[in-house]
This record gives sequence, structure tokens and C-alpha cells, in this order.
Amino acid sequence: MIPAAFEYARASSVEEASKLLNKFGEDAKVLAGGHSLIPLMRLRLAQPTALIDINGIKELDHIKEDGHKLRIGALTRHVTIQNSSVVKDKLPLLAEIAGEVGDNQVRNMGTMGGVIAHADAAGDYPTLALMLDAEIVTNQRTIQAKDFFKDLFTTSLGPDEIVTEVVFPVANGPHKYIKFRRRLFDWAIVGVAAQKMNGDWRIGLTNVGPTPVRAKAVEDALKKGAKPEEAAQHASDGLNPAGDLRASPEYKKHLARVLTKRAIQQST
Amino acid sequence: MAVTTMIGARIHRREDPKLVTGHGSYVDDLRQVGMLYMSVVRSAQAHARIKSIDITDAGKAPGVVAIYTARDFKTMISGGLPVTESLIADKKYVPNQFPIAETEVVYFGEPVAVVLASERYQAADAAEQVQVDYEPLPVVVDFEKAMQKGSDKAHSDGPDNIAWDVKFPGGDIEAAFKEADVVVKERILQQRVFPLSMEPRVVMANYVPFGNQLTLWTSTQVPHFVRIFLCFGLGIPESQIRVISPDVGGGFGSKLRPYPEEYLAAAASKLSGSPVKWVETRTENLQATTHGRGHIFDIEVAAKRDGTLLGLKVTNLSDNGAYVGVFGALQSALSLFLAPGCYKWKAFDGRTVGILSNKMSTDPYRGAGRPEAAHLVERAVDLVAHELKMDPADVRRKNFPTEKEFPFTNPLGMVYDSGNYAKTLDKAMQIVGYQELRRRQAELRKQGRYLGIGLSTYVEICGVGPSAATDHVSGSISLVESSIVRVHPTGSVTVAVGTHSHGQGHDTTFSQIVADTLGVPYESVQINHGDTSDTPFGYGTYGSRSLPVGGISIYKSCQKVVDKAKKIAAHMLEAAEADVVFDQGRFHVKGSPDRAKTMGEVAFRAHQTGLPDGMEEGLEAVTYFDPPNFTWPFGAHICVVEVDPETGAVDIQKYVAVDDCGNVINPMIVDGQIHGGVAQAIGQALFEEVVYAEDTGQLRTGTLLDYSIPGIGEIPDLELDRTITPSPTNDLGVKGVGEAGTIAASAAVINAVVDALSPLGIKHVDMPASPDRLWKMMQEARK
Ligand SMILES: Cc1cc2nc3c(=O)[nH]c(=O)nc-3n(C[C@H](O)[C@H](O)[C@H](O)COP(=O)(O)OP(=O)(O)OC[C@H]3O[C@@H](n4cnc5c(N)ncnc54)[C@H](O)[C@@H]3O)c2cc1C
Repeated sequence: MIPAAFEYARASSVEEASKLLNKFGEDAKVLAGGHSLIPLMRLRLAQPTALIDINGIKELDHIKEDGHKLRIGALTRHVTIQNSSVVKDKLPLLAEIAGEVGDNQVRNMGTMGGVIAHADAAGDYPTLALMLDAEIVTNQRTIQAKDFFKDLFTTSLGPDEIVTEVVFPVANGPHKYIKFRRRLFDWAIVGVAAQKMNGDWRIGLTNVGPTPVRAKAVEDALKKGAKPEEAAQHASDGLNPAGDLRASPEYKKHLARVLTKRAIQQST
Repeated sequence: MAVTTMIGARIHRREDPKLVTGHGSYVDDLRQVGMLYMSVVRSAQAHARIKSIDITDAGKAPGVVAIYTARDFKTMISGGLPVTESLIADKKYVPNQFPIAETEVVYFGEPVAVVLASERYQAADAAEQVQVDYEPLPVVVDFEKAMQKGSDKAHSDGPDNIAWDVKFPGGDIEAAFKEADVVVKERILQQRVFPLSMEPRVVMANYVPFGNQLTLWTSTQVPHFVRIFLCFGLGIPESQIRVISPDVGGGFGSKLRPYPEEYLAAAASKLSGSPVKWVETRTENLQATTHGRGHIFDIEVAAKRDGTLLGLKVTNLSDNGAYVGVFGALQSALSLFLAPGCYKWKAFDGRTVGILSNKMSTDPYRGAGRPEAAHLVERAVDLVAHELKMDPADVRRKNFPTEKEFPFTNPLGMVYDSGNYAKTLDKAMQIVGYQELRRRQAELRKQGRYLGIGLSTYVEICGVGPSAATDHVSGSISLVESSIVRVHPTGSVTVAVGTHSHGQGHDTTFSQIVADTLGVPYESVQINHGDTSDTPFGYGTYGSRSLPVGGISIYKSCQKVVDKAKKIAAHMLEAAEADVVFDQGRFHVKGSPDRAKTMGEVAFRAHQTGLPDGMEEGLEAVTYFDPPNFTWPFGAHICVVEVDPETGAVDIQKYVAVDDCGNVINPMIVDGQIHGGVAQAIGQALFEEVVYAEDTGQLRTGTLLDYSIPGIGEIPDLELDRTITPSPTNDLGVKGVGEAGTIAASAAVINAVVDALSPLGIKHVDMPASPDRLWKMMQEARK
């Protein structure tokens, strides 16, 4: 519960952060809200040699409407997303999801970029990013969400790459996020997001594999006119979730089906 | 006649402003000049031989002052940690626990070395560099298998894994079963849980060779008890050890014993010549602070067709971990003594087997044996009701002793002081709207929805304990409690007690008693506890004993003070003592209320010349109170849940608790204790379980990410009410309430869950009733 020793530097621009990352080498890490990184450091499961604090980079904290896109700065806190009238208007599902992340403390500190870069299997935004074909913008390039999440805690980000923005499409049709958890402030045991967009359903699943999953089979069945309860049976197609202390693989697959049905039915 | 104003008053806890504004003073807030930090190197193996410990690298790490292993401590510490072996009549194998492993580690997290460094961070960094070479030994995790002949052994030099095997017969069990129309059997698990006090354990030790003086600050429930064992272990006279337990952030039973780190910090201070502080991390807290529960109960119930209960057989298998806890056998013993619950049985038969495994020790956790008892007997009654298709309330009512049958003796000879069990049940059923709920349940069932109503009518034992009863189990220790009540010349009052408040609000409750009894302002009463240098010897706070034993001791001291004060007042008023009346803090002459002296005036005179002939100066009294019997609180809890037929998620919709803890000193504190207790039991019923890996014995629930305790979102609004049946065993008629909620609630919740799932033919659900467990059970049942 006491982290190993590390260096600390605070950046005031993305360029400076990038330079500092290079200076401290590959074991340096960006520090955003710290709500995933610091717990890991305290358990010494992560032992970065240096932390590059990006909390002073003001331009990373923004929500911008840009035509049919919504640009969320990497440093935008969950609470800001949750309460943003622009987000509520243009992509209400994102505001709903932000409001379901952790508790108040987590939402006051945790950031969009942090969740995306950390790529926890139970992270909530990655599901949305994947199912809506969001783009992850870094200081070096733009990466399609489907090419971004590689494995558990693994993304296509390079060691000195910094997420600056996540760009979502505008979508304000019927939607719902159902997060199944034991306790109010828990991570999802399984989460299901449903969004109707341009006449079709997009369905995304959280924590049923090492990366978020887009439930294509469900989407296709719905497209062909299947009822929600029939289409939802396909939610577990091809899934091979890992079991843990809270849920067996079978139970997670079952939840994926039940929650998919409910998410579609409860979409408003 | 005195008009009581403070006893029974719903006033705020006076300790809270300090604590909630962050001005508490916990051990970690304290510092000594030149203090070193101790970090404990803990075994990463559950069972292994220690081949060597290499401290070369760690010794060179920045800030490191010393590294000690068992070899060093053996020069300082003798013997082992205490075990109340006498609780175990048929003692089999109780391994001696030295505070630090020397040749063999027997549980994950056992201390193997300590590092002293100038800074806490340096100590933690260096501890990582201590290299221990282990040779793995077979690991014993499944404690039922560990019972079997030829099983792997938790200690390689032990004969087997059996710590005890004791029978508790009560009446002619064969006859009771012969009479039965129905017999139901069930296996009921009591999973291991973490006590999880908000403040982990913290120890600071300062040994001063001049005068051979040791001061030990420790986050404990039992400062005097810790001092006794440090005296034995370190060979320092008790008079030269001062144990201070300042503000303590909860204990829940996990801090009522001496711990290895208390010995190690004290010895490390002696070895190094510096004050030493150790602060437990939460990770260590989960590994190395005692766990609660950890039992299997096999029960068999005999009943008549009309619901009359006849006989109960209980076999308890208790998972002790690697070392029998200091009070390890207590939970098992209490779980059997209380297993008959609040029902009339013809006979009872109990057996307990204590089993060693390669895990942390189990020791008391809020309720300590009574939650286990209540859970099994309340499940037993529901099983009978289910079998006979009777309403569980009816089976209960049929078998309660009536109010007139008290004192009531259970089949094991326990004498319940007073009770009115039907009354609490009736009240709870009325509040919850029982009949209406049953109607609604029937309706919802038609729609395929699972509503469940769970009852728990518990009785428990508090006020440990009457020496006559505890003598044979405590090794002749008389578990009395003490107080000194001293009225100062200017009339304010200092009370010193042997109990220890760590969340219970004793400052408030005890001051209420003193204010009323002495007739002095509540604000003028100071309660001292937790420092062995200015408090009388006491066994500390646990088992809901502080009020019915410690509080009564205070009351008796106050009475002694009043008696003396009355003599002085009579002298001052030039009246005969018999003519002096004490009322609301004033002594006046019978019939003339204006001829009066206040307690303050009398106190001043008590320190002046001109006292009655032969009377000593001063106004104070000491009492060591040995209660004539235990006290027996009881109550009825009703929980209403709905189980999601698809996901197995449990939603608690209503929770009603009607408790009877005798007379109430402060209703707000009593309600608060019920709240906290119920919350912890809901935790056990639905969320919590300590899990060790079957193969390696490592702790799988090693962080609070993997171990779920309920929070604000999981605890429903509780509807509380009470009945009052005073205890006849003490002057205030009080019983104790610190554990009642925990004792009652797990059965109420689980009975509700089982009731909800009963349309599927499900008769029993083990804890935690997690959604995945319930889903699996529903799947099986629907096949
Ligand atoms: C109790 C608790 C409950 C939680 N519950 C949930 C939940 O339900 N759902 C959920 O989604 N999350 C949850 N979280 C996680 C929370 O949302 C975190 O805030 C988030 O995962 C990480 O964001 P952060 O800003 O805190 O990142 P940090 O912890 O600072 O960083 C996490 C990782 O991302 C990297 N990183 C951060 N920002 C960037 C960037 N801009 N570019 C490149 N790399 C970057 C860091 O180097 C680090 O490796 C919970 C956390 C806690 C403590």
C-alpha cells in the first residue's frame, strides 16, 4: 500500500509532456486523474520510474461540438461530461455513462483520456467508443477505436504517445446503458450499451472479454427485424469471458443476453 | 423522587464533533522524537520451510537502521501468543504461536522479518528487498478435508489438524428424535469474513532502559489485557508497562487480543534503543488481522407435525486457520450454547471440531458465535416451516417460552434472564404489514416475480461475564469490570473505567449515567479510558459487555459516592442521615426542601476540615462489578427482498427491526448500534467472503477491490422500533446492544431470499447470496 519511489514532473503543454516522457524513458507514465494509476502503484503492481502530470494542460479539458462530432478533451473529468448540456443534447448516452462511473470522488478526478488509455476491461467509455466508431486522437495521429483496444490494459498507444481527444459521433436517438454490479459504485460485472443511430442499433458490451465488444450479431438480427428478446440471444455469440470472484464465465454470458434485451427494451 | 433527565435521553454523542472534524487522536497521529518506522516482511507462501533469509540488499537500502528476524526476537520474547485453551475441554493440538516465524511459515502474511528505517517509505522499500528462500510444503486450505486422517498437515510437526473435538449434550436427544414426525437436515455455511475496522491496527512502542519502562500505544479494544501479555512475553513487570489505546477507529472484535506486531514493535524498540511505530496497511489488514466466522454447521431438526420443535443436533466444524485464535474456541462454544435460540426444545446435541488450516486465525467478529447460532437456528425453524407448509411466524410463536416462563433455561443450562419474544415478533409483523405482504407475495408469484419475507427472532448473550459461569471456561479469570468515580472539590467528576470505547459512544452513555446518579451537570463529567496508567484494571470492550458490566460498575461507584455524600450532607445540615433526601443533585432535609446542599457543596466539604468523626477526606469510590448472570437481549427482524428471476440480483425492499435490549440509556446510540450491526450482517449475507486459493493458500480477496463490503447504496432504510423488558440482573435493567444487529440480520436476509426462491423448490441458500450463486441455483432448480 506504499508505492515505490518515482520521479515527478508537471507539464503545461502536450509538447512538454511528450518531451518529459522521452526524457524519463519508457517506464515513465502520464498521470491524469490518477484513479487507476495510483491504486496500482500503491499495490506496487505498477512501478513507473516517473509520473508526468498532465493536469496543468488546460487545453485538454474541453467539450466541443464540431458538426456531427463531439470532441471530448482527454483531461475532461467524468463529472464534467455527466453534467454537460452539450453532451446531454448531442450524445446523451455518454452523459448517462459518465454518471455511472464509480462514485463522486472518482467522477471528480477520473478523465476520459485516462479511461481510454488505461483500457480496463470494465471501463465504461471504451465500450461506447468502440460501438460508435469513435476516434482517439493523440499527439501523433488519429486511431480508430476498433484498432485501439488490443488486449487487457493494452492499446495501440506508443510509450510516448498522449491521448489528446476522443471524438464521438453525434447520436441522440433512443439509448440506454445498463451496468450490472453488486454495489452502487462498483465497476460493471457486465455492462451493455444500446444506441439507435441512423435507423440502426449499435450494441456494445463491457467486461465480457479483455477488450470491449461490439455485439454485431445482435445488431444484425435487429436489422433483420428480430424482436429484442430474440436478437439479445446473440449477445453472447463468440464470447469467452474470464471468470472472477464475482461472476463465472457462464453467468457473464447470461448477463450479456439478459442485459442486452433490457437495454434495447428500455432505450428511450 | 428523582426525576430522571439524562438516562433515556436521546442526545448526540459528545465524542462526535472531535472525530467528524478530523481532530481525533489515533495512534498514527502520535509521534516520538527519534522514532523509527517498522515494516513487516510477510510470508508470500501459505506453508513453507524457511531455508534462509538474506538481508544483505535490504540492509544497504537508504534509511535502514536495523533488520530483525526470529533469531533476534528470541532473545527478547519468550513463550507465545495466549490462547484460551481452557475453552477447549478436549484439547487436542494447539500449536504455540511465536510472534514471528522462524523455521516454518504457516499462513500467507505471517511475519518473517521486520525492517526499521527512518521513514515509513524507506522501511517499505527495504522490506521488498529482504529475500526469503522458501521450500514449499503441502498447503491445507479445505478445512473439512483437513479433518480426515492422513490429510496434509498445516504444521509439519503437528500430529494432525485437530485443535479440539468437544461435545455439548443437552437432554435426551434420542428420545426427542424418536417422537418426531419430521426430521430436516441441512448444511449451513458461515463463510470467513474480514472484520474491517475503518482504522487498521497501529502500534507505537517506546522502551526506555532506565527503570525498564515500556510505553505502548496501540489501536486495541483491550489495553489492560494487552499489558498482561506483554508483561509475560517481554518479562517486564506490569507496573512498568503502560499501554495506551487512544481514539480507535473500530475493532469489531478483531482488536481484542494481543497481536504479534505488539510484541515485535515493543521488542524492536528494546533492541534498537529507539521508539518504533508500525502502521498496518489495508493489504496487511486483510492478511494479518484476524478473520471472523469460518464454519460449517451440519444441523438436524426434529419436530412434530403441528410445528412443535423437539430436538436439534448441531455439528460445528470451525476453520481456525494456522493458529487457534486467542478466543478461537469461543465462537464455536457460543454458537452451540446459543444454537437453541429462543425456542423450547426437548433436547439438544452439539459437537464442535476445531480444525487447523494454512490461513489467518479466526477470532471474534461482531457477535462472535451468536450470529452463527442465530443464523442456524433461524434457518432451522424456517426449514421446519417449509417442510410442514406452515407460516414461519406460526412455528416461531408456537415454540417461544411465554413471558411468565422466565428466567428460562435452555437445554444447555443457559438461563435467559427476561424476555417477551412474542411481543417483539408481533410488533415487527405489524410494522412491516405482514399479512398484506403475504398477499402481495402470492400475487407477484403469479406474475413470476420472487418476493421474499424473512423473519429472524433472535436471542443473544451479553454482559460477559459472571465469574461463576465463566470460571471454568476462562481459566479462573473473573470477567468483572471496574470503575473509579471521583468527585473533585469543586464538584466536577472524573470517571476512570477498564472498558474501552472505540465507536460505541461510552463517553456519552456513561456520562448520562453519572450525571443522573450523582445529580451533577452532564458537562462536568469526564470519562477516562484506554490508558492503563490512569484507569483501573478491566478486560475491555467486546461482547456487548461495557454497559451491563462496566456501566453497572460506574453506577455502583456513584451510589457509593452518594452514600458518603449523604453522610456529609447530614452533618452539614445538622440532620440525621435518615432524614436526608437526595434528589436531583441536592441533599435536603425531609419535609424542608430549602434546607439543602448540592453535590458540589458536599464535595467541597469532603475536602475540608470538619467532616464527621472518623470519616476520611475525599469523595470517591471504586467498584469491581461481577454480574450475577449474563444478560439476554432479543428481538425480531423482518426483511423483505425481491430476487430478479433473470439475474439473481437481490433487492432489499424493507427492513424492520424491533429489538429489546432492556432499559435504554441513549436511544440514539442504541439505534446507531443496530444500524451498524445490521449493515455488517447484510454484508455477510449478500456480499462478503474471504477467499483463499485452494492450491496455493494465497489470499484471493487481497484488496477491497476483490472483497465487497456494502456501502450507502446497499443498505436500505431501516425501520427501527423496540420493546423494553428490563434485565433483572442489574440495577439499571440494561442488557447491551453492540452486536444485536449483526446477530439478527443475516438470518432475516437469507430467510427472505430463500422464501423468495421457494416456488422453485429451493430450501436453503448459503452466504453470500450473490447474484451469480442465486442464478446458478435457479438454473439448477428450473431444470
Ligand atoms: C473506486 C473506483 C471505481 C471506479 N469505477 C469505475 C467504473 O465504474 N467505470 C470506469 O470506467 N472507471 C472506473 N474507475 C476508474 C476511473 O474512471 C479512472 O479515473 C480511470 O480508469 C482512469 O482515468 P484517470 O484519469 O484517473 O487516469 P490515471 O489513473 O491517471 O491513468 C490511468 C492510465 O492511463 C494513462 N493515461 C492517462 N491519461 C492519459 C493520456 N491522456 N494519454 C495517455 N495515457 C494516459 C496513465 O499513464 C495510466 O497508465 C474507478 C476507479 C476507482 C478508484
